Amino acid sequence: MAQVVPAEGDMRRVIGDGEAQPDGEVEGLTDQDLLELYRAMVLLRTYDERSVVYHRQGRIGTYAIFWGHEAMQAGSFHALDREDWIFPSYRESAIGLLRGMPPETVLAWWRGHPAGWWDPREYGVASIAVPIATHVPHAVGFAWGKKLRGENGCAIAYFGDGATSEGAFHEGANFAAVMRAPVVLFCNNNGWAISTPVSAQTRAATLAGKAAGYGMPGVRVDGGDVLAVFEATRAAVARARAGEGPTLIEAVTYRCAPHATADDPSAYIDAERVEAERANECLGRYERYLRRLGLLGDDLVESIGGEAKEAMRAGIAAAEALPEPDPDLVTRNAYAE
Amino acid sequence: MEAVNDALLVEMERDDNVMVMGEDVGRAGGVFRATAGLLDRFGPDRCVDTPLAEAGILGTAVGLAMAGWRPVCEMQYESFSYPCLDQLICHVGRYRWRTNGKMEFPITIRMPTGGGVKAPELHEDSPETYYVHTPGIKVAIPSTPADAKGLLAAAIRSPDPVVIMEPKVLYRSPREEVPDGEHLVPLGQARIAREGDDVTLIAYGGMVAVAEQAADELEASAEVVDVRTLKPLDEETLLASVAKTGRAVIVQEAPRVAGFGAEIAALLAEKAILDLRGPVLRVTGYDAPFPFWSIEDEHIPSAARVVEAAEKLLSF
Repeated sequence: MAQVVPAEGDMRRVIGDGEAQPDGEVEGLTDQDLLELYRAMVLLRTYDERSVVYHRQGRIGTYAIFWGHEAMQAGSFHALDREDWIFPSYRESAIGLLRGMPPETVLAWWRGHPAGWWDPREYGVASIAVPIATHVPHAVGFAWGKKLRGENGCAIAYFGDGATSEGAFHEGANFAAVMRAPVVLFCNNNGWAISTPVSAQTRAATLAGKAAGYGMPGVRVDGGDVLAVFEATRAAVARARAGEGPTLIEAVTYRCAPHATADDPSAYIDAERVEAERANECLGRYERYLRRLGLLGDDLVESIGGEAKEAMRAGIAAAEALPEPDPDLVTRNAYAE
Repeated sequence: MEAVNDALLVEMERDDNVMVMGEDVGRAGGVFRATAGLLDRFGPDRCVDTPLAEAGILGTAVGLAMAGWRPVCEMQYESFSYPCLDQLICHVGRYRWRTNGKMEFPITIRMPTGGGVKAPELHEDSPETYYVHTPGIKVAIPSTPADAKGLLAAAIRSPDPVVIMEPKVLYRSPREEVPDGEHLVPLGQARIAREGDDVTLIAYGGMVAVAEQAADELEASAEVVDVRTLKPLDEETLLASVAKTGRAVIVQEAPRVAGFGAEIAALLAEKAILDLRGPVLRVTGYDAPFPFWSIEDEHIPSAARVVEAAEKLLSF
């Protein structure tokens, strides 16, 4: 029986703490699904941690860290079908890995190499959106366009808490609701837009509450709980496919890493809170949950981690082996004709 | 205006992927009636009344293009298009490049432009430079009904994003013949509006008629070149005309500094210096907001100002 534990106000949560907080479960997920989610989180975590090292070694440029966001990315991704399109922000730069995009493609992007400029159709993953929130209307337009064509497929747009202050978020959300676009608006609320806390972005009690103003449902989940994220996204995707329109998901977590490799959060962040949050970070929580279920042991942890590390070793080697970009690319692709 | 409507009708008949979207384009048929009848003919999926949000219109058009549509977005007035510059600069002009040229974004953006219609503030600007200056974007400004139809059709068929700016004075111009059915005016080709030998008057959009009136009033023989497409620019036609006349006056309604006339002047300085018998002169709007309409004629270049500049140049 599906069981979602209410916790911390109105946030949905599935994974317990092994003590007072009981573990729940999500209906319809097989043991294989549960391990697949773990594998995806480990791949993303490994990508992120290796990327910070590669940056320090001068092998990639400035990099937007997503440590602690893996549950939000892997959990929501697992609710999608292959025909659904993903519209990432720079915080989800590596989400294409979950669709089989090679690590060297994403690493090439962070190396400023045009091999990182993929064809969105190849993976159903739009280009990494660098400006804040301006890709939200793209996801909405894509989903609306699929619906107009009578084709299957919905879209998911990822953005942060700061993005909800942007006009593009508002216009995208409003279009989504008016056009009943099959789209999921996924807000990863990690509490910070670089140095600005969410309390300085809005007086609203929750970001999910903004959904009411657009006439769409808003859902708040624990962003560190991969199963709660999956469950909420699956419900939103089901609404989209049923022609019921968009859903705003607010996944709540706390940013435990700098905004990017160029950022020093010591000037503004609460170090004690970061320490507490790191002790309860999403991958560790999920790993302990799987161990309690008896699905995961040291051997499997070792082998899944090893596969991810090997993928990154091969990825950075391949990215560094790419030929120097053709200088003609400076002008070549600005126009078709 | 019937020419614009006809181009939309013909292109929507021709290609099921073409859709029209904007504020008041459906039920009302557009505030200038450019989209009249399209809702009845093609239904609400292909002629869409959108929320009042220009950045949302262009932003969703990017996604619609990714889903296989060819959106034709109407910005109700040129000044209302400013919110969409965020999408235009950040995405519309860059997305093809960002995918290594693999994906196309065949988006057309139509908007009325220019003054001369005695409207309230922010209804009579000439913002073409913002669009021309954005890489990845093509820009055309017709000066005749036939060109309004043909350039719009070419824009809709173009694999690149194209901004079509329709001079409001043209909406109210006397009727003239427009070719029936499919009519294309290729992007990137200027038009000799009038042949002459002594001085070239270079203009586009609503200023072409002003230049022609000046040509009528001048004693000397003036050639009028209608630029038609600002990007890509037909350098060959401009240079050939100036090679013939040796003199160039550029007429532009937009504010002077860094306006498109400056680009043409720079082109002539670079490539026609030995043909020139005098300085390249510009007759332009002023570096001030477009005025309240009771004095708008003082801002918009007049035939008299063009004549004055041409005579000064002829006696240089």
